[in-house]
Amino acid sequence: MAPAQQDRTAWLLLTPMIAIMVLVTAFPLLNTLWLAFTDASLTGQGYMWQWIGLENFAYILDDSDFRAAVGHTAYFTVLSVSAEVVLGVLVALLLNQEFKGRTLVRALLILPWALPTIVNAVMWRLIYNPEYGSLNALLTQIGLLDAYRSWLGDPATAMNMVILADIWKNYPLIALIALAGLQTVPKDLYEAAIMDGANAWTRFWRITLPGIIGSLSVAMVLRAIEAFKVFDIFYVMTRGGPADATKTVSFFVYQESFTYLRAGSGAAYALTVTAMSALMISIYVFMLVRREKRS
Amino acid sequence: MNSFFKGAACGLALLIHQSLPAFAEDVTLNAIFMKQAAYSEDDTKAMAKAFEGANPGLKVNLEFVPYEALHDKIVAAQGAGSSGYDVVLFDVIWPPEFATKGFLQDVTARVPKGDRDKVFDGAWTTVDYDGKIWGMPWILDTKYLFYNEDMLKQAGISAPPKTFEELAEQAKIIKDKGIAKYPIVWSWSQAEALICDYTSMVGGARGSFTQDGKLSFDTGGSVEAVNYMKKTLDDGVTNPNSREYLEEDVRKVFSAGEAAFAMNWTYMFNMANDPKESKVAGKVGIVPAPGFKGKAEASAINGSMGLGISAGSKHPDEAWKFITFMTSQETQNKYAKLSLPIWKSSYEDPAVTKGQEKLIDAAKVSLGVMFARPMTPSYPELSSILQKNIQQVLLGQASTDDAMKAATKAAGRLR
Repeated sequence: MAPAQQDRTAWLLLTPMIAIMVLVTAFPLLNTLWLAFTDASLTGQGYMWQWIGLENFAYILDDSDFRAAVGHTAYFTVLSVSAEVVLGVLVALLLNQEFKGRTLVRALLILPWALPTIVNAVMWRLIYNPEYGSLNALLTQIGLLDAYRSWLGDPATAMNMVILADIWKNYPLIALIALAGLQTVPKDLYEAAIMDGANAWTRFWRITLPGIIGSLSVAMVLRAIEAFKVFDIFYVMTRGGPADATKTVSFFVYQESFTYLRAGSGAAYALTVTAMSALMISIYVFMLVRREKRS
Repeated sequence: MNSFFKGAACGLALLIHQSLPAFAEDVTLNAIFMKQAAYSEDDTKAMAKAFEGANPGLKVNLEFVPYEALHDKIVAAQGAGSSGYDVVLFDVIWPPEFATKGFLQDVTARVPKGDRDKVFDGAWTTVDYDGKIWGMPWILDTKYLFYNEDMLKQAGISAPPKTFEELAEQAKIIKDKGIAKYPIVWSWSQAEALICDYTSMVGGARGSFTQDGKLSFDTGGSVEAVNYMKKTLDDGVTNPNSREYLEEDVRKVFSAGEAAFAMNWTYMFNMANDPKESKVAGKVGIVPAPGFKGKAEASAINGSMGLGISAGSKHPDEAWKFITFMTSQETQNKYAKLSLPIWKSSYEDPAVTKGQEKLIDAAKVSLGVMFARPMTPSYPELSSILQKNIQQVLLGQASTDDAMKAATKAAGRLR
């Protein structure tokens, strides 16, 4: 086929997808954009609204509760994603070694990730239970803890405990991507390095990490975008408590729109959150472009 | 390829077939209920089944969600533009919001005039707003003080507490004697449950949520209530885990024999007395929640719930038929173990009172002194404000004065 004709066919084939994207993405997005400049409230008959310009955004700038929620979300994102990366790479290195039953262990690795978030959250709630939870039992029996305590009822621990539950569920994804990356690192590089007298530590920093950093960083950015949007695990485990200590931005937006019925300012908050995610998304796009240029 | 088209055609035919009603006169009602407290899922299903049996052609689709999701489900379903549910279970705190925002149908004309006197006033406040009626009360509920009779006996305490001060004193005795590590358990997680316990105490201190017509939480009974909560935590008589507990957690702790006292709804009485569910069956005492010394004899929170017709329902007549059945004295008397009837005369009916005389005795006092949470269309947000600030006190992050001043200030800014 001639290039022009090829182009036309390509566009023709893309049309249904573009139509669907406009319908499911562009329309709600534009609708949200419009809502953000109104004081729309949710009623039994749809929206009641008035155009109020930038008032919603002015309110957001001055909202200390929202700033606190952004702080909680950033803390959650940084801590859970970095722990997932470290743990994921370590596990991937382990699973890249030859040992008996490796295939089985690799298959088992996927289990936590395959678990629905809600199920995972309920499970960890039970583990953390202050009266009969297994974490309390474990820690008291090995002597690390004197008495059972309330992990999710204490603002000092609640967020970290949710992060732990999230790490357990999501590190396998990073591990799998790192493992796939590891398999592309040529074996002879290691042999040559050993010849040159490089120890395991040097080999990791000079050969392994550069070999997997490309795929790893993509996985990291994707996880970070996802972690920033986190909602369900908090909805089940803490509902933002105790005393708002675990209220994240998504939970904030949800409450604003559906509990307080303020669709207008809810949309403004949602857009603000989207702008923050967009920052991370642009990092991701930048990385993709750079990779494409390289290959 | 051929078989693919055949399959697709079959699927399409099936789809068209399913979207046509089987019988023109069949009506299916979608109803949303809650999972915990009051009538159990099984009871509700049995009632709906009996309704279907008595009304051929009417079907009821029941959906059960946790209380914490009920409000948001109701508004999201209608806000999304779909007709959503026909019959909704709503809490006493929502009618101002639901009525002003048009989520419920006005049913004033449907309620028989004669029923007004036969049902408790406290129940009617659940569905009355702005001089109109927005549904029919279904669950008449308040929080009672439950106690473990064995533990009190063991501690040499002859009668359950009549004031909140006595409650703390008795709990101290029980703690000091080593009978229970944390004698009292409450539902003080960041949720509506916390506000229910708090409201009961504010009522018990003869407090008020308004001052000069404005919402106010930083004086009198409100401060007394929060100070009391904090002090019982500091003294170690309240289970510190209460700060992450909902009602079901309270029931489990009490039923496991780990608490001497617990505040909870009606439903706990028969569940804690069920040997299959509880280690303390047969030892469960129940009295009205106390008041503060010199202020009130007893306290209670109006925790009733009603059934209403959602604004978008296309079958309001059938929906009302279902609501009438569910709230009828006959149905309520039959299922009076987990939730007590709204009908005054039921409390003299042996079928209702038998086997739960203690509960009925407490109910006769409590139902008369039910204290209401603030009535405002922005209640869900007001509740969030109170939850956060009271929890900050309970967690030692703020003083009562500072937190309740902050709550009052935030309440004044409600949009």
